[in-house]
Amino acid sequence: MKFVLTEEQQALAEAVDEIIESAGGTKAARTWAAGDPASGQALWAQLADLGLLGLCVPEADGGMGGTAVDLVVAFERLGYHAVPGPYIESGALLPDLVGADVRRGIVDGSIIATAAVPGLVPYALDAAASSHHFLVDAESISSATSGPGIASIDRTRTLHELTAAGESAALDPAVVALALDRATLACSAVLLGAGERLLAEAVSYAKIREQFGRAIGEYQGLKHQLADVRIALTFARPLVTGAALNLGDPDSARSISAAKIAAGEAANLAARVALQVHGAIGYTEEHDLGLWITRVRALMGVWGTPRHHYDRIASLLLSPGTSPAPSPVVSPTR
Amino acid sequence: MNLDLTDEQHAFAAEARAWLAEHVPPAPLPSMDTAEGFIAHRKWEATLAEGRWSAVAWPEEFGGRSAGLVEWVLFEEEYYRSGAPTRVAQNGISLLAPILFEHGTDEQRARYLKPMTDGSLIWAQAWSEPGAGSDLAAIRSTARRDDERGGWLLSGQKTWSSRAVWADRGFGLFRSDPAADRHRGLTYFLFPMDAPGLTVRPIAQLDGSTGFAELFFEDVFVPDADVLGAPGDGWRVAMSTAGNERGLSLRAPGRFCAAADRLIDLWNDQQHEDPFARDAVVDAWIKAEAYRLYTWGTVSTLQNGGDIGAEGSVNKVFWSELDIALHETALTLLGPAAELRGTPGVADGRWVDDYLFSIAGPIYAGTNEIQRNIIAERLLGLPRGGDGRRVS
Ligand SMILES: Cc1cc2nc3c(=O)[nH]c(=O)nc-3n(C[C@H](O)[C@H](O)[C@H](O)COP(=O)(O)OP(=O)(O)OC[C@H]3O[C@@H](n4cnc5c(N)ncnc54)[C@H](O)[C@@H]3O)c2cc1C
Repeated sequence: MKFVLTEEQQALAEAVDEIIESAGGTKAARTWAAGDPASGQALWAQLADLGLLGLCVPEADGGMGGTAVDLVVAFERLGYHAVPGPYIESGALLPDLVGADVRRGIVDGSIIATAAVPGLVPYALDAAASSHHFLVDAESISSATSGPGIASIDRTRTLHELTAAGESAALDPAVVALALDRATLACSAVLLGAGERLLAEAVSYAKIREQFGRAIGEYQGLKHQLADVRIALTFARPLVTGAALNLGDPDSARSISAAKIAAGEAANLAARVALQVHGAIGYTEEHDLGLWITRVRALMGVWGTPRHHYDRIASLLLSPGTSPAPSPVVSPTR
Repeated sequence: MNLDLTDEQHAFAAEARAWLAEHVPPAPLPSMDTAEGFIAHRKWEATLAEGRWSAVAWPEEFGGRSAGLVEWVLFEEEYYRSGAPTRVAQNGISLLAPILFEHGTDEQRARYLKPMTDGSLIWAQAWSEPGAGSDLAAIRSTARRDDERGGWLLSGQKTWSSRAVWADRGFGLFRSDPAADRHRGLTYFLFPMDAPGLTVRPIAQLDGSTGFAELFFEDVFVPDADVLGAPGDGWRVAMSTAGNERGLSLRAPGRFCAAADRLIDLWNDQQHEDPFARDAVVDAWIKAEAYRLYTWGTVSTLQNGGDIGAEGSVNKVFWSELDIALHETALTLLGPAAELRGTPGVADGRWVDDYLFSIAGPIYAGTNEIQRNIIAERLLGLPRGGDGRRVS
């Protein structure tokens, strides 16, 4: 039993960080928000070269043959740096659902694909910056045309209604369910990363900003709020990695839902506290803080609202007469 | 990364489960904060020791099984799931023993460890004083040198000492060098509760039981053999106790997983429909699950040679708040019946008693405010603001 990241996984995270930082950190998000996708697309190509868009695709199909844990490790970094673009759709949802050619293109980075999943993800993200658009439901997938862009609370996200175009291909519902759970998991990881970044930003600001002759980080009123963010993120993290470990197992659905709820709540708390710690400067467009604050809020509502995930856990855990399924590492009685 | 257990670990858990199924008393014992409950719990400790289950991670020579950390966590899960009684020996086993292993002499280990495992020696901790709560270093009780008899004379007052009314021995800090600064000049002593000059006055808790007591020391003699660590080094020694209390040893995840399972049963039994209460049940389950998984992460970190350090404070705030949330949710589900105490029909009357205990969680073992100071300063690196921190 070893419930900590391996050296390879840490190296993967560092490699993602390096690529994004040398591409200018949040620069891609800012130009993307301003309607210029070029630097975001260049970053996409670099991250595709690293294997980020094919982490869970078998090596035989050009992917990395990695695990869902690798996926959450890498996607957490995307959240940390507020990287723009439909990574969750291309890298986590679609690989198992599209045909071999598109899949190969996604993995090598030549295709940027986006998708809508009615009920869960009603609008497709960044259709204008994507080459392929798909409508996915519980048992089929079809190509789609996109409507005009709709603004999101997160200025790096442009949303589009999709209309099916052409034949739809039937899919095994179990395969769709797994892909949706994998995307939800990736979204949880992005939330976790955004939350960690918000905390890091708030902590470093609290150390340098002075009022009444002292660093504001000396004041307990802020200290305790930041400590609560640390606690929330610390306990959301094992739910995300735990859910990655049992993705596809019988308990998977409830673990994914728990991860999404906890990561969303922790990140949202981080957003609120980080803004409070920054004061007005954090509320400006010029400051980067808003990138994560609005990203968190947007991601809390897609890939299943908290309501959806509470209901899903309740239906798995609480229906009278059913006792909780066994926990993965413990004993078969629980 | 994985969460897989070896065949041996599965077998270990199965052995514990089977033993517990056979030995756990069918009806809950009376509260260990009552005279008869204390005796009943002491007996249960002896039963546990007969099965060699009272301190599984300890070396065999002291009554343990030399089991690893993973096995210990597995045992705790089985223990609480089986509905076994709370551990009246926990001050000794969880809080003092780790210090004895680290700072004690061979002679002290030989004298004290084994009797902790079979309930024949139950310990009380004596840190708090009327003027030293969160600010533990403000301790005023003194230790004066008695060279003639080769020991020390303890004087002063301690308070809120859990189970001191019935405990056999106590451990705590006393100021042995009045000239030294606050954190120095403190010495860690072990003493018998029936020592001449020591008066124990029970204090009734919120629930009416005498769960803790105050202790008055008037020249209580303690021989040098009962000084733990070097004289004057008591603060450093005590800091390691505090780490244990907040960290893993006091609150294994089994407690919360078992309570979450009972909460789910309660929901199912009562056929509830209130969607707010339902979300609270789901939340309690999520958080218990988070705590369980987090603990496995900690176990892995420790096995890799890392330590818990200030993470123990993150843990402490989380489990104490989770405990309250779990029990408040149960009381919500029980509705008007939630105020009934000791009523067998209402989940053996447990929820109410356990709720009353849970609300003390953010106070003892270092208040949650003090833990948040530690998290902010030691984990996040924020500057100290002179707000203080307490270790126990
Ligand atoms: C059920 C129970 C069992 C206990 N068992 C034992 C035992 O066996 N042995 C023992 O020695 N003690 C025991 N205690 C005592 C416990 O350790 C103390 O209650 C605790 O350390 C707090 O001290 P205090 O009660 O004096 O509160 P105070 O220190 O007076 O604190 C009062 C309030 O002020 C807040 N506060 C204080 N300082 C700060 C600060 N710097 N920043 C922000 N807020 C601050 C506290 O967080 C708290 O909310 C027990 C307590 C309880 C409730």
